[in-house]
Amino acid sequence: MTAALSIADLRKSFGGLPATDGVSMEIAAGERRLIIGPNGAGKTTLFNLISGDLRADSGSVRLFGEEVGHLRPDQRAQRGLARTYQIITLFPRNTIAENVILAMLGLTPSRWQPLLPLARRRDLRERAREVLARVGLEAVADRPLAAASYGEKRRAEIAMALAQDPRLLLLDEPLAGLSMEERKSVQALLEAIPRDVTIVMIEHDTDAALAFAERITVLHYGTVIVEGTRAEVVAHPRTREVYLGA
Amino acid sequence: MISPRVLARLAAEAIALAAVPLVAGNDYYVNLGSQVLIAAIFAMSLNILVGYGGMTSLGHAAYLGVSAYATAWLAQRMGMGPLAAGACALAITTLLAAFYGVLALRASGLGFLMITLALGQILWGLAYRWVAVTGGDNGLSGLARPAPFGWDLGSATAFYYFSLAVFGIAFAAIGLFVGSPFGASLKGARDQPRRMRALGYNVWLIRWISFVVSGFWGGVAGLLYVYYNNFISPHALSLTQSAEALLMVIAGGPATLLGPLVGAALVIVMKNVVSAYVERWTLLLGAVFVAIVIFLPDGLVPGAQRLWARWASRRGKGGR
Repeated sequence: MTAALSIADLRKSFGGLPATDGVSMEIAAGERRLIIGPNGAGKTTLFNLISGDLRADSGSVRLFGEEVGHLRPDQRAQRGLARTYQIITLFPRNTIAENVILAMLGLTPSRWQPLLPLARRRDLRERAREVLARVGLEAVADRPLAAASYGEKRRAEIAMALAQDPRLLLLDEPLAGLSMEERKSVQALLEAIPRDVTIVMIEHDTDAALAFAERITVLHYGTVIVEGTRAEVVAHPRTREVYLGA
Repeated sequence: MISPRVLARLAAEAIALAAVPLVAGNDYYVNLGSQVLIAAIFAMSLNILVGYGGMTSLGHAAYLGVSAYATAWLAQRMGMGPLAAGACALAITTLLAAFYGVLALRASGLGFLMITLALGQILWGLAYRWVAVTGGDNGLSGLARPAPFGWDLGSATAFYYFSLAVFGIAFAAIGLFVGSPFGASLKGARDQPRRMRALGYNVWLIRWISFVVSGFWGGVAGLLYVYYNNFISPHALSLTQSAEALLMVIAGGPATLLGPLVGAALVIVMKNVVSAYVERWTLLLGAVFVAIVIFLPDGLVPGAQRLWARWASRRGKGGR
């Protein structure tokens, strides 16, 4: 079976300092993979290399068997890759529903339509409401994003990624900054994502993240130091040394 | 769907603009109205870039000037009719915008501003130096106003209504454009280009197409400009021309449909009317812009809407 994501010897340096130093990993379709590591380990850089926000110095990124290392981020998105950002990156002048509509529109040819009013696309509005209902934001769909709470924005980010109907979803610290209650509801939301979506997640909340993931990759100084099942990684002395503590 | 309230407002605005020749009293004010409409189309075209696309350009006069020069040259030197000359001029201007877009969009922000400025200045210099084609300092003069479908545009009133019709078409077309899915993509690329790429949008292509559309409408303004003045000189390509259009957009309200018209009216009236009474009118214009930036930083139209909403809400509370 073709892996959802296959990375081989991926390298990226900034000013001679390697941020990703020969990372290789294979993530099976439908898998829930967690990437952990201390600050500066190169986790977000790795996500940026996978999504195409950054170009790798060398190495290969294959998405469902297709080499995408040379493709732009929008081309990778068209191939079923969606992501969220560590720092919330949404459209503050729009409503929550309009944010989701933009996400849905991005993968349809009608995004090039220059003369028909977007306001007339009732189908998009209805689908946006359905997606927002999945993340519990239906009641605030018409709220301007600027007036939304931090937790609502985090959910809106996930809603936008889901609206893209992705095959591979990269979640960069989806629980960061959320209250205990919000974390629980976002966790439940992530667990409800169907198995035809492969999920790779960076998360510092180890309790929540370890419960979610099937396999875990530990990064340190841009290299993979441990990889395996939850039990294997937690028991590994290197994990304890660089990340979990004694 | 346009709401009845917006429709009523648009109808009122259309009636007000159509009534200008009836209440103006003399040709001077009717001509002033034509100048405002031409400047408004030009500012609306720039607003696509500045307001909706977040790309501040200081070279937009290139499209107005090239379209005007091309029309005059094709009509006078090549003997083309006004319709053919206008169509060819628009095609040339649109191609120029396509080429300039490729160059300018290699950068963003200040880099984009400087490239557009440089490209505009190249054409301005060319207009001065390429005397055989442009007439140099003297420009090209003697172009007669056309009579489309037998409608003689020789009089001030006829030209005003023709300009108003073109303005109406530009207003509706640009309104549709910015309210369409493509317009939403353009605004998204302005606000969060990185996120837009992750959502599957080709941000460069969205900006380039918008750049070309903006150049096309700048060219339309150039056609009206050359037939209004019956003359074209390097001034039409100057930095002043580009900067004035930018001021119109900023003063009226970027990313609003009505803002460029209000900004154009402000600048043209200050230039033509106030200058007759106030010797240092440019100083006054500067003071007006400073006041707008301080008190209504998002422009006259959004500022007025905000003040109106505040007043209406206070009135509502007082009435309870």
